Amino acid sequence: MAQGLTSAVYIAASILFILSLGGLSHQESARQGNLFGIAGMALAIGATLLAFTPTSYGLVLGVMAIGGAAGSTLAARVEMTAMPQLVAILHSFVGLAAVLVGFASFLEPAGHFSGAEKVVHDIEVFLGVLIGAVTFTGSVAAFGKLQGILSSRPLTLPGRHLINLAIGLACIWLGVLFVGAEFPAAGIWPLLIMTGLAFIFGLHMVLAIGGADMPVVISMLNSYSGWAAAATGFMLANDLLIVTGALVGSSGAILSYIMCRAMNRRFLSVILGGFGGETSSSSGPKIEGEAVAVSTEETVQLLASAKSVVIVPGYGMAVAHAQHPVSELVKNLKDRGVETRFAIHPVAGRMPGHMNVLLAEARVPYDIVLEMDEINSDFPETDVVLVIGANDIVNPAAQEVPDSPIAGMPVLEVWKAKTTIILKRSMATGYAGVENPLFYRDNSRMLFGDAKESISAVLANL
Amino acid sequence: MIIGIPVERASQEKRVALSPGSVAEAIKLGFTVCLQTGAGDAAGFSDDEYRDHGAKIVETAERLYQTSEIIIKIRAPLRTDAGGHDEFSLLSSDKILISLIAPGQNQDLLESLAQHGITTLAMDAVPRISRAQKLDTLSSMANVAGYRAVVEAANHFGRFFTGQVTAAGKVPPAKVLVIGAGVAGLAAIGAAVAMGAIVRAFDTRPEVKEQVESMGAEFLMLDFDEETSGEGGYAKVMSEAFIAAEMKLFEEQARDVDIIITTALIPGKPAPKLILAETARLMRAGSVIVDLAAEQGGNCELTRPGEVVSDGGITVIGFTDLPSRMAAQSSQLYGNNVVHLLNELCPEKDGQLNVDMGDEVIRGLTVVNDREVTWPPPPPRLSAAPPAGQASPSPVPVARPESKERSAAGSVVGIAVVIALILGVGALAPKSFMGHFTVFVLAVFVGWQVIWNVSPALHTPLMSVTNAISGIIVVGALLQMSSTSGLVMLLAAIALFVSSINIFGGFWVTQRMLRMFRKDT
Repeated sequence: MAQGLTSAVYIAASILFILSLGGLSHQESARQGNLFGIAGMALAIGATLLAFTPTSYGLVLGVMAIGGAAGSTLAARVEMTAMPQLVAILHSFVGLAAVLVGFASFLEPAGHFSGAEKVVHDIEVFLGVLIGAVTFTGSVAAFGKLQGILSSRPLTLPGRHLINLAIGLACIWLGVLFVGAEFPAAGIWPLLIMTGLAFIFGLHMVLAIGGADMPVVISMLNSYSGWAAAATGFMLANDLLIVTGALVGSSGAILSYIMCRAMNRRFLSVILGGFGGETSSSSGPKIEGEAVAVSTEETVQLLASAKSVVIVPGYGMAVAHAQHPVSELVKNLKDRGVETRFAIHPVAGRMPGHMNVLLAEARVPYDIVLEMDEINSDFPETDVVLVIGANDIVNPAAQEVPDSPIAGMPVLEVWKAKTTIILKRSMATGYAGVENPLFYRDNSRMLFGDAKESISAVLANL
Repeated sequence: MIIGIPVERASQEKRVALSPGSVAEAIKLGFTVCLQTGAGDAAGFSDDEYRDHGAKIVETAERLYQTSEIIIKIRAPLRTDAGGHDEFSLLSSDKILISLIAPGQNQDLLESLAQHGITTLAMDAVPRISRAQKLDTLSSMANVAGYRAVVEAANHFGRFFTGQVTAAGKVPPAKVLVIGAGVAGLAAIGAAVAMGAIVRAFDTRPEVKEQVESMGAEFLMLDFDEETSGEGGYAKVMSEAFIAAEMKLFEEQARDVDIIITTALIPGKPAPKLILAETARLMRAGSVIVDLAAEQGGNCELTRPGEVVSDGGITVIGFTDLPSRMAAQSSQLYGNNVVHLLNELCPEKDGQLNVDMGDEVIRGLTVVNDREVTWPPPPPRLSAAPPAGQASPSPVPVARPESKERSAAGSVVGIAVVIALILGVGALAPKSFMGHFTVFVLAVFVGWQVIWNVSPALHTPLMSVTNAISGIIVVGALLQMSSTSGLVMLLAAIALFVSSINIFGGFWVTQRMLRMFRKDT
């Protein structure tokens, strides 16, 4: 295939990718968006295969078939509660591929470079491998935390900021060595050592971040995987890779930004980690009053006599796999003419949009699933709010206690409703380690127990 | 221990101390509950219903008082010397009595209870702290009374509450003035608003304005500077100048409104006379005054406690038994309050009462213990009750740590840095690089613009689709598959493998997720 034609197909693929991301912005066009993405990918791979004849088509297609089968099986089997893990592990694959392609490109450059071009190419290789390596181990660590293999508590090594700084400086120094290497073979050691350091850095960075900051971590890794692809594009002088990588990179960056804003935290402080480990539960003023427990029967009565109900799900709902009973409950309430809606906080769950996917899986129609900004003003007119496994995102201390660790974080104002029922296993504090005065409000009731069992019991009695 | 629920012997008292539902709750706490036959009849609860909820029915009062260790009543025990049916002599020593006592007005009753060694918990002496609100019978009864006051007013008022435009002509809405925005006042406001009246409310404590407005009434302000809240969130006696200004306001209102509901009480004092006889007579004929303070002498000079009087076309209702007139509702709420108290007294749920005088709430409502009068309790340690025990103070907005100006300055600096970087790259990098760089910067920009519109509900599918798309790195691997070096081939093959997983897995799972999202049909 002629060079010009390949470029034209690449342009078409780029446009399809942009349309794909654009399509994802609305429910109505989302499926079409995904199809655009698939079409773009097919065009890109097809053109590449035709333009650059590989040594063996059989090998290429065989490897792709095995990989594709593995990926499809994974995608078809994964439970929706495990989506964050899947996304994390897919990020790690991009990182790994970037590292491998970087090394291959170093071993066999696409062309012969000299002077400034060689310097630029070396920097591109170095950066591509660096970003890829950080993405790889960072995503693996995130996967481990989400899967529960690793503790979700932040790992706070003594002097961890110093460790990170030292690794950063070492990488710069190795970079200088690598670019300045007289002949290619001399460059391999700085590159290998840097890769090792970057692996450690990625691992350490994510381990230092606690469980509830995962939405930021996941979207940040999403961004990194994009930058890794873009860097690979630079090193291979391939515009399609650059465009696609840049799209994904900025998409992830925006998601990270949205997540940070939803927690009122600075991106840097999330990345530096250690949140929650340092603040003890004794922080904040002593809370007056006592939590009132409520029985299943009373919950049923409250729900049955309500005109409007809002359900606020959190990570606890995902953990308890309670989305299906919740969906049943909603159907039941709607059949009785109770206006029932969901309120989703941007950082509820472990991944941006996590709750929406779980509810969609349980066949909850998306038009009753509302964002924080859409529903916050409706709480005063709401009769009953059910908080299922959420804590910090409904903590009034964020608005009322100026020295609270979560002060200023936007929260769902559930306490303004007539009655708030909180489903919880115990009185433990949330991820931020901040006492929640909501539980002690006069209009709050605690329904203790496993969320799935509690909701099922309520459903049975309704 | 055995709980006994006797028939209330006071005339006109229709309430019963525990509803069948509360009986079941008490039994869950480990108590045995005995009920004198017919105790719930006047409130609409039959013996059978009680039996179904686990109560034992006892035929006579004598048997009941004998067998029970805890007597739960509504009214304070009647004594013959006070001119009523005798209940007091049925109580023997070592019993525990839980009922309304009005300890402030009934000093000699307290003395007699102490002499007979009857531990007495007064449901109307619950301390005004937030923790104790679920026990507060005064609040729950005031709530019922406030509602009933509106119902009584409507009964005597010969017109609609709500305004209507009918084929036969226009009907103006009734105007209601509620004086005193405590629990009863707020309940009255709520009921009157729900019936469609225009409601105004007055209270000497300006801090209740928000609560009044939240119920849908207009708050009448008195332009006067005086500290008006007394201890524990109750109102206190006001200065003469204040009262004069207040009277003037009432006179103005009396000319305008159709119904006045007064609920002004000052603890331990006779009710303040707020509606003088001449003020009341300013009202239009057919108007109604409901005086909820009748038992304490009344807020209106025309009020006769316990009666409905008519004066020049104006009806003045002075019922003192409004909660009893809604016996089923009142009994249910009273019973809930009692069950909450039993919960406090019996934390082990073993059916044993433990009167813990170290507990602030229990100390507060225990008026006789160990043959001694323990009333009044020491003053509350802190006045933690929100005013009138209603909605907690509205949250103070906390300033966001990041100020607008700072972030604006930050973005200017950021843009400057980016421009400097691009210029720097342009000055140093070779021409071929700049071509790719242009593409890169533009693509970042396009991505930035496109992604901002993504609805948050689709963030997860967005991430999985970007995941699949970043599998485009496969192109890099494919380019290297034409290599002659075995090592490069191996690296490229692994890269090809993992990025294939990504592409297929990412797109597939996105499709799977998107198929789940559906609109309500």
